[in-house]
Amino acid sequence: MFSAMLGEAWRAMGANRLRTFLTMLGMVIGVASVVLMMAVGQGAQESVKQSINAMGSNLFIVLSGSFTAGGVRSGSGNSSTLTVVDANAISELDGVANVAPISTGGGQAVFGSNNWSTTITGTTPAYLNIRSWELEDGFVFSASDMRSATRVALVGKTVVDNIFGDIDPIGKTIRIKQNPFIVLGVLKSKGQSLDGRDQDDTIVIPLTTAQRKILGNQFAGSVRQIIVQATTPEMMPMVEQNINALLHQRHKIRDGADSDFFVRNLTAVANSAAETTRTMSLLLGAIASVSLLVGGIGIMNIMLVSVTERTREIGIRMAIGARERDILLQFLLEAIVISVIGCLIGLALGISGAMLVNKLAQAAVVISGNSVLIAFGVAASVGVFFGYYPARKAARLNPIEALRFQ
Amino acid sequence: MAQSLAKKINKNLVDVRDLHKDYYTVAGTISVLKQVNFSMDTGDYVAIMGPSGSGKSTFMNILGCLDQPTSGEYALDGNQVAKLSANALAQTRNQTIGFVFQGFNLLSRVNLIDNVALPLVYAGVEKTERQARAKVLLKKVGLELHMQSMPNQISGGQQQRVAIARALINNPRLILADEPTGNLDSSTSEEIMALFSELNQDGISIILVTHETEIAAHASRQVRFLDGRIVQDERSKEITSRLSMEAS
Ligand SMILES: Nc1ncnc2c1ncn2[C@@H]1O[C@H](COP(=O)(O)OP(=O)(O)OP(=O)(O)O)[C@@H](O)[C@H]1O
Ligand SMILES: [Mg+2]
Repeated sequence: MFSAMLGEAWRAMGANRLRTFLTMLGMVIGVASVVLMMAVGQGAQESVKQSINAMGSNLFIVLSGSFTAGGVRSGSGNSSTLTVVDANAISELDGVANVAPISTGGGQAVFGSNNWSTTITGTTPAYLNIRSWELEDGFVFSASDMRSATRVALVGKTVVDNIFGDIDPIGKTIRIKQNPFIVLGVLKSKGQSLDGRDQDDTIVIPLTTAQRKILGNQFAGSVRQIIVQATTPEMMPMVEQNINALLHQRHKIRDGADSDFFVRNLTAVANSAAETTRTMSLLLGAIASVSLLVGGIGIMNIMLVSVTERTREIGIRMAIGARERDILLQFLLEAIVISVIGCLIGLALGISGAMLVNKLAQAAVVISGNSVLIAFGVAASVGVFFGYYPARKAARLNPIEALRFQ
Repeated sequence: MAQSLAKKINKNLVDVRDLHKDYYTVAGTISVLKQVNFSMDTGDYVAIMGPSGSGKSTFMNILGCLDQPTSGEYALDGNQVAKLSANALAQTRNQTIGFVFQGFNLLSRVNLIDNVALPLVYAGVEKTERQARAKVLLKKVGLELHMQSMPNQISGGQQQRVAIARALINNPRLILADEPTGNLDSSTSEEIMALFSELNQDGISIILVTHETEIAAHASRQVRFLDGRIVQDERSKEITSRLSMEAS
């Protein structure tokens, strides 16, 4: 019985191929755009999540702020009000897991005949822990390297690619601002940061070496920023307060006066970035759903025309014994078959579209089984929902009036 | 033997009492059937005649459970049709009645064998049996060579035979035929009428509407409608005598 009805639905669809195709097209476009939008949205969310994980968790960054000297205010991060001693003091606070002072500057790295302009990051070994940054090869410099300011370096992937090529960098000597550095290790690739910087384009060296040999700070012991990691997310508000209080006290800043430092909660920034992408992908999904809805209305429209056109046929079927539910099922099935086939084509199109986006735009896309299932479920329900009214209209026809219909 | 036959013949298949049918139009109410009383025994063969517009088709549609009377009673095989649910009506149309239309009313997109088998789909019969039974009936009406043809590929007479095969597929007790030969030439009409006579001899009751006396002569009883009323109802002479002979 059911297979006979499926056959009927198939035949009815075949009877007017162009119309069936156009009806399906609405469904195809709807499903394809839902799948594509969800893939792009989830891809964006996924890459933000990766960036957040790469950044490290529960992080604060303390930046040296503007200070006023003789009425002239400098910009934040340009002054050197923070010191290694500040960093040590912060590490004594409750709820602080790790602290890493950082001094950065630009520099040309030279190996053989290759050279590359990159960021030199002077810091302590704790920096790599905080950022959960592992080595691909070699080992990290030690506390004794820190004390004696040895010229050793950890190189990022981008730097390796640009000055070493296929050569194994470990143990090789590179020159940074005329100083020879021995490469101790190669950092694992971290990719882009949330703000789109290439995190692998850097060379990490001991802070002391950076201060004395490379960056040449005018104030000994000053650093650009201090990265602080709290032990747990719950500790973060308290830690932030305590850092503020400590530095106010250490820098002898009177109440109400401008601070010469900033504390920024990186995790909060990251979360808001995640929230933004989530909203964006929801929005994309919502827009795509509208096209699915339009496709559904298209099906209803065509089914209504089809019911009117086939009124006589319905009358004949009733005259030979079709019950109301037989007619209902027949038209409902037709709507469902159209939407399910449209959905399958849409899925195929959407998935290949997503792959194309991945290839051409280098954007991450995620095609989850869930999104496919949702699209399929929605398509089937659209078929039922928008097919039901015309089908019921057909089933409620009076046999003799249907037969008389011209 | 005679007794069981008599019992069968006397079984009241159709019983219509005081039937009225009004149509409500913009021009006012039209009374199409007025106080119609009609009853028919199992195995009978009735021809309905009458001028155009006298209400014959309206009457047939009510008998076929396709239309409802405005008032009056209609009992089919002892059941009050007015009391039947929509599903029971559909089942009656499917199992008890075979309707043959003037315009054939085949499904144009469906081949002949599937057209004939269609009532079996609604009876819940599975596919192989449907096809087998449809084949037997197409053979009976002489169309075994056209089973895969479409309705528009065969002649009108052939289409009407397909429609009769379809009406027969569920072994109905009653065949209702509204001007089945109305669209056919006289020799094709004779073939169709021969088929009806054969069916009647097999024990199927038939009510047939026609404008032509020669066609009506095939039936054992002639009923004449005029202006919504039955004005004449008589048995063919030789048949009346046969029936009275058998009954005694
Ligand atoms: N749906 C309807 N609405 C209004 N009037 C109708 C309707 N159907 C039939 N009639 C009227 O009922 C009357 C009887 O029609 P019916 O079809 O029963 O006649 P008939 O005896 O079968 O005629 P014919 O021999 O031409 O087939 C006609 O006057 C017709 O105009
Ligand atoms: Mg008529």
